[in-house]
Amino acid sequence: MRIYPFIIEIFQIAIVLILAPIFIGWIRMLKCWFQGRTSAGLFQPLRDIMKLFYKDVVLAENASWIFRFTPYLVFAVTVLAGGIIPILSVDLPLSATADVIALIALFAIARFFIALAGMDIGTAFGGMGSSREMMIASLAEPAMLMAIFTVSLVSKSTSLSQIVQTITHAEFILRPSMAFAILAFILITIAETGRIPVDNPATHLELTMIHEAMILEYSGRHLALIEWAGMMKLFLFTSIGIASFFPWGIAAVDNLFQLPAAIIFMAVKFCIVGIVLVLIELGLAKMRIFRVPEFLGSAFLFASLGMISYFILE
Amino acid sequence: MNLAAQINSILAALILLTAFGLLVQRRIYGLLHLFAWQGLFLSISTAVVGYTAGAHHLYISSVLTLLLKVLLLPYILYVLIHRLQIHKDVETMLNVPTTMLIGIALVIFSYHLTSPIRELSTLVTRSTLAVALATVMLGLLMMITRRNAVTQIIGFLAMENGLFFAATSATYGMPLVVELGVALDILIAAFIFGIFFFHIRTTFDSLDVEQMNRLKEED
Repeated sequence: MRIYPFIIEIFQIAIVLILAPIFIGWIRMLKCWFQGRTSAGLFQPLRDIMKLFYKDVVLAENASWIFRFTPYLVFAVTVLAGGIIPILSVDLPLSATADVIALIALFAIARFFIALAGMDIGTAFGGMGSSREMMIASLAEPAMLMAIFTVSLVSKSTSLSQIVQTITHAEFILRPSMAFAILAFILITIAETGRIPVDNPATHLELTMIHEAMILEYSGRHLALIEWAGMMKLFLFTSIGIASFFPWGIAAVDNLFQLPAAIIFMAVKFCIVGIVLVLIELGLAKMRIFRVPEFLGSAFLFASLGMISYFILE
Repeated sequence: MNLAAQINSILAALILLTAFGLLVQRRIYGLLHLFAWQGLFLSISTAVVGYTAGAHHLYISSVLTLLLKVLLLPYILYVLIHRLQIHKDVETMLNVPTTMLIGIALVIFSYHLTSPIRELSTLVTRSTLAVALATVMLGLLMMITRRNAVTQIIGFLAMENGLFFAATSATYGMPLVVELGVALDILIAAFIFGIFFFHIRTTFDSLDVEQMNRLKEED
């Protein structure tokens, strides 16, 4: 029984918990800089979460157990996903428990319960947000699976740790299928994590909300948990993308000395991803909700073209 | 796979991508840009194939493609669109996701169709033949689903791009004389299209080809 994979595992979960809000802070900071505003600093999202934990919870009278249970479930599921994705090292005890398909199912569980909680209170906005979220989910998940299948075809496995190992060790080849899969994955990540142009996380206008409309009734520690889980979701989707398309630098099995390098590589990659994300968000306006099927349709198109071109061109 | 084949397959993927882009793009200037990009990728791909195969006449057809399909034809169409003042048009068309799905089905169909040739061929470019055929079919689909005359012409030119790409990938290009002839034909066709656009425009006050149903006798 080797001990240090467990240490890495715990270390990685801690990193996910701490770095996810900082990553959001980094994105907000970049956005402020690009728009010529003064930013609130890297740690503002962390401070927000801490503040929410001190506040009281206000519950609606007719809130059922689903409403109270959802924040804990969503948070736990997201943390579990954070233990499965190879962010620093492929040597994770939890990574054997779930491959990418099960990982997507984990996120689907979280989303299902948030949508239920949105409808549980019975406000108009909650129901509206839930129905919109489910529409986006039903379109994004097939595309996500197709993109993942393309990566799995190339690396002959659906386990993320295996994918990382195969891609890191194989000779580098320009693959059109992977290029298509990356494009699809970027579009899906934007839709799944509720960024512009699909959803605006900073909106105060209830009629345009999707994710925010569902969690409108949450307060106090419940809101803190859900917000934290949302931040981790963006962090984890980025990690899935990095692990399947740019895995170079993730530490191999039985190699503790690669860990410091892996941390530096991870930081650099996340900084770059933040810049790309901010550039996308600044260049686009939020699209009409009826345009979202076309947006996700093109994600599905890219993903299937990637899969087809694996057979045709490689 | 050597590097040239890799670059060639990336370019083939880009050509396929632009073909899909043409299929779903609503704005007419966007279509022109996409068409020019497709020509550029085609031209680079021809040059790469010419370099790999040592077929030097392909350089000439590459330059020809660059001049004709990236610069001249988009320019002519641009001037036409500007003169006819249809640039404000955002075209109504068939449901976009449905069109995409049909397009994907066409790509799979052309892969199935070309797979026997792929088994027999020994060329470096044999795998891109399916993409070339798919580009032809997507151009055809674009001509069927669109209603505006200008977009149909762009679909036709995209089909020609696909045929040219097929010739390059199946046999390392047609003889130079044939290619020069085809290029001239395309150029002449573009001028004739222009004249026809003006005629359609003056007769029907619109470039929507549905209007031509009015030419039928009522029965």
